[in-house]
Amino acid sequence: MNMVMMVARRLLHAFLLILAVLVLNFFLIHAAPGDPADVIAGEMGGATEEMMADIRKTYGLDKPIYVQLGVYLGRALQGDLGQSFFYNAPVLDLVLGRAGATILLVTTALLFAIFVGTSLGVLASHKPKGIVSGLVTLVSVIGYSAPIFWTGLMLVILFAWVYPIFPISNMFDITKDTGFFGYILDVMHHLVLPSLTLGIVYLAQYARLTRASMLEILSSDYIRTARAKGVAETKVYGHHALRNAVLPVVTIAGLQFGSIISGAVLVETVFSWPGLGTLAFDSILARDYPTVLGILFFSSVLVILANLVTDFVYRLVDPRIRTGG
Amino acid sequence: MKKFGIMAAAAAMIATVGSGTLAQAEEGKNGGTLVIGTTQKARHLNPAVQSGIATAVPGTQIFATPLRFDENWQPQPYLAESWSVSDDGKSITLNLRKNAKFHDGKPVTSEDVAFSLQTVKDNHPFKSMFAPVTGVDTPDANTAVINFDKPHPAAFLAMSSALLPIIPKHVYGDGQDAKTHPANSAPVGSGPFKFSEFKPGEYIILEKNPDYFIEGRPYLDKIIIKNYKDPTSLALATDKGEVTMYPFLGTSKDIARLKKSDNVIVTDRGYEAVGPVNWLEFNTKNEYLKNKKVRQAIAYAIDRNFVVNALLGGTSKAATGPIVPGSPFYAANAEKYDLDLDKANALLDEAGFPRGADDMRFKLKVDYIPNGSELQKGVAEYLKPQLKKAGIAVDLRASPDFPTWAKRVSGHDFDMSMDIVFNWGDPVIGVHRTYLCDNIKKGVIWSNTQSYCNEEVDALLLQAGSELDQAKRIALYNQAQEIIVDEAPIAYLNILPYHTAYSKKVGNPPMTIWGAMAPMDEVFLK
Repeated sequence: MNMVMMVARRLLHAFLLILAVLVLNFFLIHAAPGDPADVIAGEMGGATEEMMADIRKTYGLDKPIYVQLGVYLGRALQGDLGQSFFYNAPVLDLVLGRAGATILLVTTALLFAIFVGTSLGVLASHKPKGIVSGLVTLVSVIGYSAPIFWTGLMLVILFAWVYPIFPISNMFDITKDTGFFGYILDVMHHLVLPSLTLGIVYLAQYARLTRASMLEILSSDYIRTARAKGVAETKVYGHHALRNAVLPVVTIAGLQFGSIISGAVLVETVFSWPGLGTLAFDSILARDYPTVLGILFFSSVLVILANLVTDFVYRLVDPRIRTGG
Repeated sequence: MKKFGIMAAAAAMIATVGSGTLAQAEEGKNGGTLVIGTTQKARHLNPAVQSGIATAVPGTQIFATPLRFDENWQPQPYLAESWSVSDDGKSITLNLRKNAKFHDGKPVTSEDVAFSLQTVKDNHPFKSMFAPVTGVDTPDANTAVINFDKPHPAAFLAMSSALLPIIPKHVYGDGQDAKTHPANSAPVGSGPFKFSEFKPGEYIILEKNPDYFIEGRPYLDKIIIKNYKDPTSLALATDKGEVTMYPFLGTSKDIARLKKSDNVIVTDRGYEAVGPVNWLEFNTKNEYLKNKKVRQAIAYAIDRNFVVNALLGGTSKAATGPIVPGSPFYAANAEKYDLDLDKANALLDEAGFPRGADDMRFKLKVDYIPNGSELQKGVAEYLKPQLKKAGIAVDLRASPDFPTWAKRVSGHDFDMSMDIVFNWGDPVIGVHRTYLCDNIKKGVIWSNTQSYCNEEVDALLLQAGSELDQAKRIALYNQAQEIIVDEAPIAYLNILPYHTAYSKKVGNPPMTIWGAMAPMDEVFLK
């Protein structure tokens, strides 16, 4: 019963959160000057007054804003996310068509940042005043400070143009006719630079966090006890210290899932990665309200799921939370 | 039949079916995939219901038009193997090829031509293109007679490129709105390439039409149009060979970079009909700008050479009037407004705006299209120190995105604004809209947003629009341009530095007056 209540409460919170996101952003995007008719007229190369009135009528933009909101929410609750004004295609199709690419990019970047970041942090904590620690600090500062856009372009120039090891952009090579495994390898090849670019900022944070966390934990009593008992140094680091040191990283990574999606917009732009980030950016500029709201709906769901996963991983790593002790 | 000048004289030709449009065409080779890179996103693929480069490039591969144009502004046969103009100039008879088929196998008939023309007339934003059309007769399946209420020489250019795609009546005639018809995203045409796949914002795949009505063409197996978000990434991809053709390349540093490349050839040919002009437009209702002398003064105060050579790195050419120098209708004799600060200052004094205690006469706001970077923002920023020399204080107003800018300018809520407007071949199509008194339409972008009105100019433009004699037409447009340039509702700066960068492997690159917005059935890979 407790479990059921907990799940029900979680679901209710999620529903209310998504509703708030949609309503708030509906008003926000309508507050921006210009409307889809202005965008379509611009994209068409011009229009007449009658055409613009016609466009507004077709998309219900001639109705009062509260009516438009009501119509949208009514349809959304029935699973109909509407039709994109710009592409004249169902929003759900557009979102689902792009979601996979963003999830792949963001997950790869985050996993890279967590694993490499914590490893570097552990290495740095071994000799805090040594060269490795200094290098890790330096890389962290640069990685964290450099704008994502700049990092991405530098990586493209260096590793896709000067030394053409990786492709310049896109998710796969549309000109190649490969089988399924060839396609997977091609996508992985294209994934390297974008996920590196997106991951570097977070890698820097996790490296510094892990280093600091490890240093604190390594000076605690139970670590001294383990060493006194003759436990091998690798086990002291890996089994005893790291499990505690990684908890703040897990918490922050979960919280940052939302921000990494927004960081993905810039990376997707530099690399023409066909994800939700660029679709969101383009849709806002195009005042394509249904698509913007559809993407926000989807990313809200993703963030809620990410928080659930974070909770779950936390419980896995920290037995005290599992047993409630 | 009377001879009506260059354009209409060619109308009497029964030309050889399958003749090329390039004077220096090479013998093609079959096979290969052309990868075109672009930063322009197509909403859909049907140019009958909208303008714009993004739709025109794929649209002109999928859909055929009655005519096509070569590099010398001469109409060539395409779906129409021959044509004739009546003595009074009020009807054009198109004799269609008998072997043209849509990609679904159904024949292209005069009914489709009639239907397409009506669809374009009803839905395309360029109302002036077919406004004088009263109807299309279809005496038989291969003959279409277009009737006009007055002679309309613009019809020839309007029947080419992306302006009159022949769409299948059996697909679009089902009662659905053409603007939102589902076939727009999976079109059926009769052009050299047929639709294969469209992922909005990502790529378009077109495949060779094996039943194309010109035998032995197209040479290419496939055309892929790839979207790039960032022009720099696209330039790098072109240099690297990931992209084999990059049309509408327009940033000076990317042009310079690609010119240095060993793998790529860069040309500025193929943009003569597009006629893209970068200019500074004035709101003639503004308390200062309603005075002609103030507008002229600003035009004299701007150093066009500096814009062209310093700001745009010499990649661009100067524009001095409403019609671009590459057009047969360009008026070479109109005032050029070469830099003359003394004259600018004198005009402002004469206009009754002396310098104040702060050495300034008055203040004006300047808007610009965001994301237009060096062409728009760069020039707007240059105006600040430059117009200060004439005693005009300039404030830049940034718009975060296109709809904000468009709302301001179309709502006449501006003093002066940078803008980019295309000629689109015949002046009737893309030039008249900026100057006609009855096109002052609040809320509509790229109408006569300057609120400029001169009845003499109106009369000259309308007369030129229905004059079939080319020499007389040129004279009328010259007169109109001289007046417009003298009244200076706009300070003309430069032609957009559009170039095409293409791989050395590309043979017969598209270099007619429409460039990449024309069928690429002669293009091949070496």
